[in-house]
Amino acid sequence: MLDIAKNSNLLEIRSVCRSFPKGSGEELLVLEKVDLTILSGEIVGLLGRSGSGKSTLLRIIAGLITPSSGDAKCRGETIAGPPNGVSMVFQSFALFPWLTVLQNVELGLEALGVESDERRKRALAAIDLIGLDGFESAYPKELSGGMRQRVGFARALVVHPDLLLMDEPFSALDVLTAETLRTDLIDLWIEGRLPIKSVLMVTHNIEEAVLMCDRILVFSSNPGRVAAEIRVDLPHPRNRLDPTFRQLVDTIYARMTQRAEVRMPQGIHGTGVGMALSHVSSNVLSGLIETLAGPPYNGHVDLPVLANHLQLEADDIFHLGESLQLLRFAQLSEGDLVLTEAGKRFANLETDARKKLFAEHLMSYVPVMGLIRRVLDERPSHTAPAARFRNELEDYMSEDRADETLKTIVSWARYAELFAYDEQSETFSLENPH
Amino acid sequence: MTLDDILNPRLGQALRPNIWDAVALILVIGAMVLLVYGGEQTTLPLSALDTSPVSLDPANLPAYALRTTMRMLLAIVCSIIFTLVYATLAAKSRRAEMVLIPLLDILQSVPILGFLTFTVVFFLNLFPGQVFGAELASVFAIFTSQAWNMTFSMYQSIRNVPKDLDDAALSFHLSAWQRFWRLDVPFAMPGLIWNTMMSMSGGWFFVVASEAITVGNTTVTLPGVGSYVALGIQQRNLPAIGYAILTMLLVIIAYDQLLFRPVVAWADKFRFEQTASATEPTSWMLDLFRRTRALRALTYPFAALNRAFSNLHLAIPESLKIPVRSAPSSRTIDAIWLALIVAGTGYAGWKAYQYMSATLGLSDILSAAGFGLITLSRVVVLITLATLIWVPVGVWIGLRPKLAERVQPVAQFLAAFPANLAFPVFVVIIVRYGLDPNIWLSPLMILGTQWYILFNVIAGASAFPTDLREAAGSFHLKGWRWWIKAILPGIFPYYVTGAITASGGSWNASIVAEVASWGDTHLTAKGLGAYIALATEAGDFPRVVLGITVMCILVTLFNRLIWRPLYAFGERRLRLG
Repeated sequence: MLDIAKNSNLLEIRSVCRSFPKGSGEELLVLEKVDLTILSGEIVGLLGRSGSGKSTLLRIIAGLITPSSGDAKCRGETIAGPPNGVSMVFQSFALFPWLTVLQNVELGLEALGVESDERRKRALAAIDLIGLDGFESAYPKELSGGMRQRVGFARALVVHPDLLLMDEPFSALDVLTAETLRTDLIDLWIEGRLPIKSVLMVTHNIEEAVLMCDRILVFSSNPGRVAAEIRVDLPHPRNRLDPTFRQLVDTIYARMTQRAEVRMPQGIHGTGVGMALSHVSSNVLSGLIETLAGPPYNGHVDLPVLANHLQLEADDIFHLGESLQLLRFAQLSEGDLVLTEAGKRFANLETDARKKLFAEHLMSYVPVMGLIRRVLDERPSHTAPAARFRNELEDYMSEDRADETLKTIVSWARYAELFAYDEQSETFSLENPH
Repeated sequence: MTLDDILNPRLGQALRPNIWDAVALILVIGAMVLLVYGGEQTTLPLSALDTSPVSLDPANLPAYALRTTMRMLLAIVCSIIFTLVYATLAAKSRRAEMVLIPLLDILQSVPILGFLTFTVVFFLNLFPGQVFGAELASVFAIFTSQAWNMTFSMYQSIRNVPKDLDDAALSFHLSAWQRFWRLDVPFAMPGLIWNTMMSMSGGWFFVVASEAITVGNTTVTLPGVGSYVALGIQQRNLPAIGYAILTMLLVIIAYDQLLFRPVVAWADKFRFEQTASATEPTSWMLDLFRRTRALRALTYPFAALNRAFSNLHLAIPESLKIPVRSAPSSRTIDAIWLALIVAGTGYAGWKAYQYMSATLGLSDILSAAGFGLITLSRVVVLITLATLIWVPVGVWIGLRPKLAERVQPVAQFLAAFPANLAFPVFVVIIVRYGLDPNIWLSPLMILGTQWYILFNVIAGASAFPTDLREAAGSFHLKGWRWWIKAILPGIFPYYVTGAITASGGSWNASIVAEVASWGDTHLTAKGLGAYIALATEAGDFPRVVLGITVMCILVTLFNRLIWRPLYAFGERRLRLG
């Protein structure tokens, strides 16, 4: 499998773009001019934040959606529908609960019309390879998460694909199980026992990417494009504690926070009223500020360290960090998170004073909050339907993002006691329910 | 046991029969003999019904029960086939959906017994002079009582197939045919089976009602439990009614034990959840068949056949392949399609108007509407009464798990029992004490359907989370406050489900409940049900059509304006967990 001499292009993606309709009817670009070539014998990772379009790219390659423009070729043929010689492992496993392990694995072969004896032989071989011996007649619901994902792998491998696509295959598993499965897979790969030529995996876990991939494409968000390509030349099996490994992880962290900094002057994910907000509970924000302010961090922390401490994925850490940065309670730089003066003050305040400070920052730094407050103040009834603001948001972002932004607005405004929201009638109002 | 034992049973051992084989074999052969015997009866000429009329000899009851059961079975098979085709078409084709789903919605609220008038005439003309025609009419009546909710359930399941399984099916290159049998049908299975059971429960009512039919001068009496009861009423034979009730009890129990229990236990594997549930449904019948050896070996060819069937590489005509996720199809075709629908509807409406306006005037419409309002008020009053009685009882039972476990099957059973068999008992009482039929016939409408409220409330109360109960207890929530704040919101979604079924059933039942007789005594309550029933008896088709139309409109409005909003409210705000 490490036969690099063959060097044929398995997959060729040339300036592929993909956009989805926004709420307002315009198009929202999620993938912009992406190039990607996959050769025989390599594991390539697509690393990025959620919403960076990496999953969209994977689904284009899997033939589940079509690119809006550009050229996507697999084994020299333009991709139209799921291509032959490509199979996929799903984040949610996507096993058929009414089929046994064996029947699930045989499914792909049945679709190809493989004869039943041959089918059984190959299915049993794949089950054997992936370490599922003895579970052939079990139903998925009788298995643990790790075993289920093994079925997912066996099902994908049994058709002997040239290219194996993996969509965050370990993210639904607990830490230990995920690690075992990763190691098993890498072992099989370096021993050349996997009936595949190359692997393309999507992940938002930086360490996972460094652990498994030969090449990592780091995606930036809004719109998604390839921000950097990083080669990982460490030999397998890789050691997470190896200084070179650590340094690589730190570099990628820094690179991914850098993106956030560049966007900072204009705000995050768009500007002004069109600023898209990610929902983070005010409880979590206060908790994080307290953690940062207290020892051992004293207002300054390395992101990988924080991720480790809070047992969070890099992606979640970025979300938290960016929300704090948006509200000017902290600053992201070079893979570090640093509390601002306001942040330090917040940490030492009582509940009511915190709410007041939070409200001030919301009004100053989140334009849509000011807008809603103004509208409510101006109207004689002091009420306004949420639809009025949703429509405005949808001029700038997709319906889903607008929904999430609205949800964030409601939850932050409730905490800050800026205005009230009635879910039943979907209206904002000034009156407080007490 | 190793895998090989499961997959390739060694012939010698696998074929050696065990005791379970003997028991299962007797059951299988018995079922086949009964099927053939029952089937032979239907091919006789219609005159045979006159030469061997229904008799009240209880010895005939087993044979009658068999005939009734077979009608039921045939209808359910038709319903399933209809469901698979109709629901799939509606779910996969956007244009078909535009017509099929609203149509289904209306069909659901059409009073089935009103249908009989037309279908009997139609099927008798299709097979002149043969019992078969009348049989088909009866089967069709049952079919119309069963198919719609099954179809809805299937349609909704197909529309809600999980995205990741959908992707997996695509990415592993499953053909449309394979996908249907491997993904759509299994995913829809639990809902479909539950709805089939509900349909069966409802169906007994109609099978009994449709066996003895009088349309104008044509009277058809198909041998069956329903005809037996009809004759019993005519001859004022109360013991015969008792025998019939007893027979029906046994038939329903047998149906449940021999058919539905095994199916439900078997279908447990289709439940779409990733964790094993604590209690799995069990069935002694299924266990019995699973323990057989030789019989199981005999089924392997069928299993292989089934597999081959679902793997057939069938090409689906391109016209049906309007994938949900493709770009919007061309607007012109949509416009033409829409125009066709409008034109068709307009034409049908015009025809109906012409037909009815030939004999009916405005006064007829007004009187039908008036009767409709009378029946509407009956339904409202009865549902309210049933609610006041059964909600407290259901909550009381539901909160006692031991009791609920025993009462729940009984309540479900009572819902399945065709209440019309028990009508004569009530009529005798009304006649004996000279009660006002306008009031005292009304309870018959809800006699069979009130149980839906009871068993849904029991289900809701049993599902009420223990921690919430304990919280209510620890905050000293008592009396009416406990009802309003804790338990009523908790059972609300369940109650609404039950009440919708009960109210729909009551409308239907009004056609047989508002007119009752005992020998020569005929009792009539003023109402739309009686209006339709009397028009049917007189063969007055325009009035039947008018009556059905009015009932259809009332039921649809009632559902849209009251039940749907309540249901949506319950689902949105009060669904626990």
